Amino acid sequence: MADPILEAQGLWFWYAGEQAPVLRGLDLAVPRGEFLALVGANGSGKTTLTKHFNGLLRPRRGSVRVDGQDAAGRSVGELARHVGYLFQNPEQQIFSPTVRQELAFGPQNLGLSPAEVEARVDGALARFRLSDVAGSPPAILSYGLRRRVTLASLAAMDPPLLVLDEPTVGLDAPGLAETFGWLAELHARGRTIVLVTHDMSLAAEHADRVVAMRQGQIIASAPPSELFRQRGVLSQASLVAPPVVALARALIPLGMRGDSRSVESFCEEYAALLAGRAAPRQPREPEL
Amino acid sequence: MTLAIQIEQARFAYPPLAPGQPAPWVIDGLDLALGQGEWLAVMGASDAGKTTLCLLLAGLAPYLTGGELQGRVTVAGRDTADHPPPALAGVVGLLFQEPEAQLFNPTVETEVAWGLENLGLPLPEIHSRLDEVLALLCLDQVRQRAPGDLSGGEKKRLALASVLAMRPSLLVLDEPMGGLDPAGQRDVLDALSGLRRDRSTTIVMTESDPEAVAAFADRMIVLDGGRIALEGTPRDLFHRPGQLAALGVAVPQMARVAVTLNEKLGAAFSFTSVDEARQALAVYLG
Repeated sequence: MADPILEAQGLWFWYAGEQAPVLRGLDLAVPRGEFLALVGANGSGKTTLTKHFNGLLRPRRGSVRVDGQDAAGRSVGELARHVGYLFQNPEQQIFSPTVRQELAFGPQNLGLSPAEVEARVDGALARFRLSDVAGSPPAILSYGLRRRVTLASLAAMDPPLLVLDEPTVGLDAPGLAETFGWLAELHARGRTIVLVTHDMSLAAEHADRVVAMRQGQIIASAPPSELFRQRGVLSQASLVAPPVVALARALIPLGMRGDSRSVESFCEEYAALLAGRAAPRQPREPEL
Repeated sequence: MTLAIQIEQARFAYPPLAPGQPAPWVIDGLDLALGQGEWLAVMGASDAGKTTLCLLLAGLAPYLTGGELQGRVTVAGRDTADHPPPALAGVVGLLFQEPEAQLFNPTVETEVAWGLENLGLPLPEIHSRLDEVLALLCLDQVRQRAPGDLSGGEKKRLALASVLAMRPSLLVLDEPMGGLDPAGQRDVLDALSGLRRDRSTTIVMTESDPEAVAAFADRMIVLDGGRIALEGTPRDLFHRPGQLAALGVAVPQMARVAVTLNEKLGAAFSFTSVDEARQALAVYLG
C-alpha cells in the first residue's frame, strides 16, 4: 500500500499482570483518506488497538507507524498533532473549567495564533450547538452534551487522522446526524477516519471498509456490502447485519441485488424493481 | 392493584450552580402510571429529562442530588419522599448510563455480592444469586477480574448483574444498550424478557437505539422539556417520523423503509421487524 497514514505490524499487547495477550500479532494498514469501521465483540481488543495509535499504549512486540514515522519514542502530545482521539467515555477527556476552554486547549497546544484558536473554537461551538453553554463547566452538562463537547474538541483540532471509540453512545438523533454530517465532510476533505462501533447500520452506511476483530486478531476486512454477506465472520465476531442489509438479502430471490447499505438505497432499488415488474417485459437480447 | 409506578404532576429542579442562579424545572409537569410487568421505553433528545426521570424513580433525586421536587413519585406503592433509597433496595434497581458510576469493588464477584451482603442475605442465597446472574450475563469467565480491567461492554453487563442480583420488582435502565456489542445487546434483552416473563418485573428504559425499543418495549413515551410530548406503542409512534424527528428521536430502519415506501409508492406499509418487512414487501411485489 502506498503511503498508509497508519500501520500496525506484528502487534502484540498484554496488560501488566494478565496472562492472556489482548492483541496477538495483529497487522493493519490504513490508507490515507479511508473511512474505516473497526467492529467486533466486547473484549476483542478494539479499544486496546486504537490506544496504540496515539501512544496511550505501547506495543509489547511489533510496531506502529503514524504518518510515516515510528510511534515509538514519540510522546502522546506529539502524536496528538497527527491523531485526534475520542474516548469511549467522555469523562476521560474533559478537564477544563469551561466548555470554551476545553475546546481551546488542543488548538493552543498546536501553537496556533489566538485569532486562529478563537475562530476554530467558535466554529466547533456552532457546529455542535454548544454556543449557549460555552461558559458552563462541562461537568454539569448532560451525558449527550458532554459527548458533543468532546466531538467539538476534536473538530477544533482538525487532525489528519481521527480515531473515534464509540462516538455515538448517548447521542440523540440530531447529535448523530450532525456527527456523521461532520465526518462525511472530513472524509470528503481527505481526512482519515477510524470508527470503532457496535452500530452496524452506521458501519454499513458510512465506511469504505469494515475490519472485524476477534480475540486480538483481524478475522475479516472488506467493504460493508461484502462483509455483511459472510455469515461465518458475523457469528465469529458477534456481529449482526443491520436490518436493512438483512432485508435486502432476504429479498434476493425476488430480484433484489442484496447489496443495499442504507434505507434510502434499499427503497430506491425496491421501487425500481417494482416499476420494472409493472412494465411490459422486454424481449431479451440473445446471449452471445 | 398497586401500580408499579405512579407519578403525579411531578416537577423537579436541580439545585442552582451558585446561590441566586436560576434552577430550571428539568421535569416539568409529568404524569405517568405504569402497571406491574409493563416494559416502557423513554425516548427524547439530550436534555429532555430522561436521566432525571430515572433518578426520580430510584429515589436518588432529590435524596442525593438535592434540588426541589413537587408532586408525587410513587414506586410499588411507596412514595419516594418518605422512602429513602435504602428503603427502596429490592424494590427499584437502577442501571446508570455510565457503568463506572456504580462499580467500586475489587473483583467481579465481590461487586455483585456487595448489595446482597447489605441486604443481610444468608451466604448460600448470596452464592446462588451470584451464580445465577453471572451466568445470565455471560460473566462466568471473569469472576475474579477487577471491574476496572473489563472491557466497556463487560462493565455494563457487570453493573446490570449487580442490579439484577437484588431482584427488584422495578428495573430502571438508563441507556442499557450503550457500549454493548450486538450479541451482548441480544443477550441482555433476552435476559430482561425472561425476567419479565418469569417474575413480572417492570422495566423502564431510556434508550436512544430505536431497534431495541421497537423489538421489546410495549409502551413508549417521548419526553420534551421534562414532560411527555408523545405516548403510544412503539409501532404507532415509529410510523410518525416527522413528529419524532422534531423531538430528536431516531426511527428504526424497518419503520423508515415503511414510511419511505409509503411516500414513494402510495402504499400503506407498517412494519418494525425484518421478518414483517420481508413478508409485506414480497406480497406487494406479487
